[in-house]
Amino acid sequence: MRSNPAEFEWAAPATLEEAVKVLAGDPDAWLPIAGGTDLMVQFAAGTLERRRFLNIWNLGELRRIDGFPGELQVGAGSTYTDLRENDIITREFPLLGRTASWTGGIANQNRGTLGGNVANASPAADSLPALMVYGADLILTSTRGDRRVRYEDFHTGYKRMNLAPDELIRTICLPRRFSGYISYARKIGTRKAQAIAKVCIAAVGRLAKDSTQLMLEDVRIAVGSVAPVPLRLRNAEQLLNRRPLDEARVELACKAAAAEIQPISDLRSTAKYRAQIVNNLVREFLDTLAARERER
Amino acid sequence: MKTSAQKREFSLNVNGVPRNIRAYPAERLLDVLRYLGLTGTKEGCGEGECGACSVLVDGRLVVSCLMPVAQAEGAKLLTIEGVTGNQRFRSLQETFAEGGGAQCGICTPGMILAGGHLLERNPAPTIEEIREALSGNLCRCTGYLQIFEAVAEAARRCAGT
Ligand SMILES: Cc1cc2nc3c(=O)[nH]c(=O)nc-3n(C[C@H](O)[C@H](O)[C@H](O)COP(=O)(O)OP(=O)(O)OC[C@H]3O[C@@H](n4cnc5c(N)ncnc54)[C@H](O)[C@@H]3O)c2cc1C
Ligand code: FES
Ligand code: FES
Repeated sequence: MRSNPAEFEWAAPATLEEAVKVLAGDPDAWLPIAGGTDLMVQFAAGTLERRRFLNIWNLGELRRIDGFPGELQVGAGSTYTDLRENDIITREFPLLGRTASWTGGIANQNRGTLGGNVANASPAADSLPALMVYGADLILTSTRGDRRVRYEDFHTGYKRMNLAPDELIRTICLPRRFSGYISYARKIGTRKAQAIAKVCIAAVGRLAKDSTQLMLEDVRIAVGSVAPVPLRLRNAEQLLNRRPLDEARVELACKAAAAEIQPISDLRSTAKYRAQIVNNLVREFLDTLAARERER
Repeated sequence: MKTSAQKREFSLNVNGVPRNIRAYPAERLLDVLRYLGLTGTKEGCGEGECGACSVLVDGRLVVSCLMPVAQAEGAKLLTIEGVTGNQRFRSLQETFAEGGGAQCGICTPGMILAGGHLLERNPAPTIEEIREALSGNLCRCTGYLQIFEAVAEAARRCAGT
C-alpha cells in the first residue's frame, strides 16, 4: 500500500555542506532523495524503511558538469537529460549519452540522476557498465571531508557498496582518454524504453596496426544484470588485448565472457539465456570493431 | 521508527497563477494538483511507468506521481489546463481530436504535454523521434499510430506547411 506522506519528515538543505551536516546528525535515519525515480516507486509500494527524506534534488554543487584538461567531473545530481545535452559527453563518452537515452522515457531522464543510479546499485542499472569501462572514480563527501575511490571497486555485493552512511556521492570523474576509441552499447530487454535490462553491455576498444596485422588494444567490456554487481569482463579482455582480431580469438573471448558472469534465473529471463546473450553481445562488439576498421 | 511531518505552506506557480497550498512535503505533486481541482492530470499506474500524470516543471516533462510537492516549490508548473495559450499545444489538441489520437482520453493530457515538450525542442521531428519522445506514455486504446501521426501533423501545421 502507498506510504502515508504524513509519516515522512523532509529536510531541504540549501547547500551540499548543510546537507552532509544534516546527514551526519543521524546517518541511519535520513534518506537522501535526488530525482526520486527509484525512491518514489518504493514510496508508492510502501516499502521504504526510513521516514526522513533529505532533499538533494537540484543542489547546485551536485548538478554541474565541469571539463578539466585531464578529466570530466560530472556532479552526482546531473540528470540523464543533462548528460545527453553535454557536448563533452556526446563527443568523448558516447556510451553515457547512449545509455542515458534508454533509461526510461524522457520524463524519467529529466529527473533520474547518475548519482542515484550508482547509489541505488541495481545490478541491471544501465549507466553502470559504461562507468566501469571508462575507468571512473567517485568523489564521496561527508562532514569528515572528501575521499576519492575507484568506481570499479565501489559495489561490494548485491546492493552493498563502499559508501559510509554519512556520505553522499558528490562527483563522478571520467578520465578524458577515450576519444579515439570505438564504442558499443546495447540493452536487451522486452522493449527499449521503460524496461529493465535482461542484459546490458558497454564496451570500448581500439585497433592498432602492428607491422603486419591489426592488433586489439585496451579493450574494455562491462555487463549488467548478470551478477550481483555490474561486472568488468577481465578474462575476456585479457584474451583480446594485444592480439590480432581473428575468428579463433573471437570464439575464445566470447566463451570466456559467458563463463565469467554469474547470472541468475529470475522473472526477466533464465541464467542460460543470459550467458548465451553475453556471448552474442561480445561477438557483436568485436564484429563492430572489425567493421569500423574496414571502413577507415 | 515513528516519525511524523507537519503540513507546510508551499508556493507553486501553476499555469502562470501563483498558488499557496498547505501540504505534507512528501505528498505527490499529482495529488496536490488534483486537490487544486486540476483533474486533467491523471493517475494511471502511480509508479512512473505510464505517463498519464505528466506535467511540465520549469519546462521539463516529469511524471507528477514520482515528485514530492516539496521538490516543486518555487517551480513553474504547466498542466494540461494551462496549455491553451500556446500555439504548439493548441495544434496538438486539434490534431489529436481530428485524427483519432484520443479515445478514452486517459493518456491524452500526458501525450499532449509530451508532444509539446518534443516540438518545443525539435519543431520537425521524424516519426522515430516522436516515438522516442512518447515512449514513456502508454495508451491502451489507440494503438499509438494515430497519436504519432497527430504529433507529426501538429508539427507541420506549426511550421505552416
Ligand atoms: C519508469 C522508470 C523507468 C526506469 N528505467 C530505468 C532504466 O531503463 N535503466 C535504469 O538503470 N534505471 C531505470 N530506472 C531507475 C531510475 O530512474 C534510475 O536508477 C535513476 O538513476 C535513479 O536516480 P534518482 O536521482 O531518481 O534516484 P533517487 O530515487 O532519488 O535515489 C535512489 C537511491 O540513491 C540514493 N542517492 C541518490 N543520490 C545520491 C547521492 N548523490 N549520494 C548518495 N546517495 C544517493 C538515494 O538515497 C536512494 O537510495 C527507471 C525508473 C522508472 C520510474
Ligand atoms: S501515474 Fe504517474 S506515470 Fe503512471
Ligand atoms: S486513449 Fe485511452 S489510453 Fe490512450
